[in-house]
Amino acid sequence: MEEIFQDIIIKKSDDYIINMGPQHPSTHGVLRFELCLLGETVKYIIPHCGYIHRGIEKMCEKNTYQQIIHLTDRFDYLSAHMNNEAVCLAVENALEVEVPERVKYIRTILAELNRIASHQLWWCAFGMDLGALTTFFYGLRDREPILDIFEESFGSRLLHSFNCPGGLMHDVHPNFQKKIKDFIKYFRKILPEYDQLLTGNIIFQQRSIGMGILSKEDAISYGVTGPSGRGSGFKCDVRKHHPYSAYSKVDFKEILYTEGDTFARYKARIDEMWESLNILEQLVDNMPAGDYTVKMKPIIKLPAGDYFQRVETARGELGCYIVSDGNKNPLRVKFRTPNFSNLFIINKLASGNKIADLVAISGSLDLVIPDIDR
Amino acid sequence: MTNDQLKEKINGWISGLEFPENKQYLEVVVPAESLLKLARLLRETPETAFDYLFCLSGVDYGKQLGVVYHLESTTHNHALVLKVKTDDRVNPNFDTVCGLWRTAEWHEREIFDLLGIKFNNHPDMRRLFLDDEWVGYPLRKDYKDDINIIER
Repeated sequence: MEEIFQDIIIKKSDDYIINMGPQHPSTHGVLRFELCLLGETVKYIIPHCGYIHRGIEKMCEKNTYQQIIHLTDRFDYLSAHMNNEAVCLAVENALEVEVPERVKYIRTILAELNRIASHQLWWCAFGMDLGALTTFFYGLRDREPILDIFEESFGSRLLHSFNCPGGLMHDVHPNFQKKIKDFIKYFRKILPEYDQLLTGNIIFQQRSIGMGILSKEDAISYGVTGPSGRGSGFKCDVRKHHPYSAYSKVDFKEILYTEGDTFARYKARIDEMWESLNILEQLVDNMPAGDYTVKMKPIIKLPAGDYFQRVETARGELGCYIVSDGNKNPLRVKFRTPNFSNLFIINKLASGNKIADLVAISGSLDLVIPDIDR
Repeated sequence: MTNDQLKEKINGWISGLEFPENKQYLEVVVPAESLLKLARLLRETPETAFDYLFCLSGVDYGKQLGVVYHLESTTHNHALVLKVKTDDRVNPNFDTVCGLWRTAEWHEREIFDLLGIKFNNHPDMRRLFLDDEWVGYPLRKDYKDDINIIER
């Protein structure tokens, strides 16, 4: 057991400590890193979270299942749709409700659009963390068409709350398919520019290749999932291994890299955008007609028992664990959020590197702070 | 391994365990004193090789407090739910599993923070989200906060 505990931090009284955050731009939110420095080299990092802990799990215990969905938007706000889907699928599976095919297709399409939008924002912010300001404008410009599709169909651009147990709140806009096809055409043309702009940049490559190497064993043991885990060769794509919604009907690759460095995590996300476009292309023309929801009782009571639902958000595996005692409120809801597990690998990856590389490494993990704090 | 084979395997290690009905996963309720022993066997036996802890939750069942471990094997693709419960609400404590699955360290800190369950031999048993001066454990059913929680 001792060798596994090697990375445990031992504080000493003469350590030189500085704080990075909670208002530091490169932490992308209110997160504080307690850094111990040796010159410019980082000795160890202690992350301090809880600055925006809102007690969502406690609030869930006082609310009904329909109301919980609106809270789930607020943890990983960049993959709001997938968070909603996790609760909906858990409730539907518990009640053994079969949703219409159309709903499954629309949910999958929205999840993939959301994933692309999230990776675009990650890409532009990651470039900016490393000093490439232009990426920020490119990323935000290309994200706009997706947000427009969201806005047209369900009124909000970021926090959707479009799912409800049994299906969707209402049907999508008549322009939905046409706009997505336009977007796929546009983005297929634009995406190679991302590579020209940043991937091939020599300064960027020098700062990312061989930086912060995460081994496959560590990725599994620390529970690092999503593109960050797949950059180390951890086969953790929930869409592939535990398919839900319409993922069993589409043909797509699980992106895997074995290097495990910052650049591999970067490449995994870029390739995922291509893969999401493939999935969208297969689904958008085959959307079946039909109802957008099944009729559910106004008060949903789950039978007593435990229910677990895993979905793949843009950052990794989200688990929704519901314990029900048969009432209209759950006894306990636990969200296993991807960023919570991804964050704590940072000490292992960045200790021994320079502070500037810490920024690159934490950027490549794609942290969203409300997802850690919940 | 199928669920029946897993059940047999676990029964061979520790007899008399309870297997509650669960439609999704195989579920085992284990007494607190044999938790670490079973966890270690599950992790280190090559046929089971549960190397990925994908969820660790603390639950307040009203009378009892419990911790639920969701385990998966990335090589064999089988999953298992491990449950441990205690009646002790004053000083509940279990053995830590963070030497087996490193992700457990922070999940256990979160459970300690919000439910007040202590984990023995944990390297850093502090609160994770709340202040160190915070009184009480918010996710417990008997937690009272007259200012922030409005009872309807």
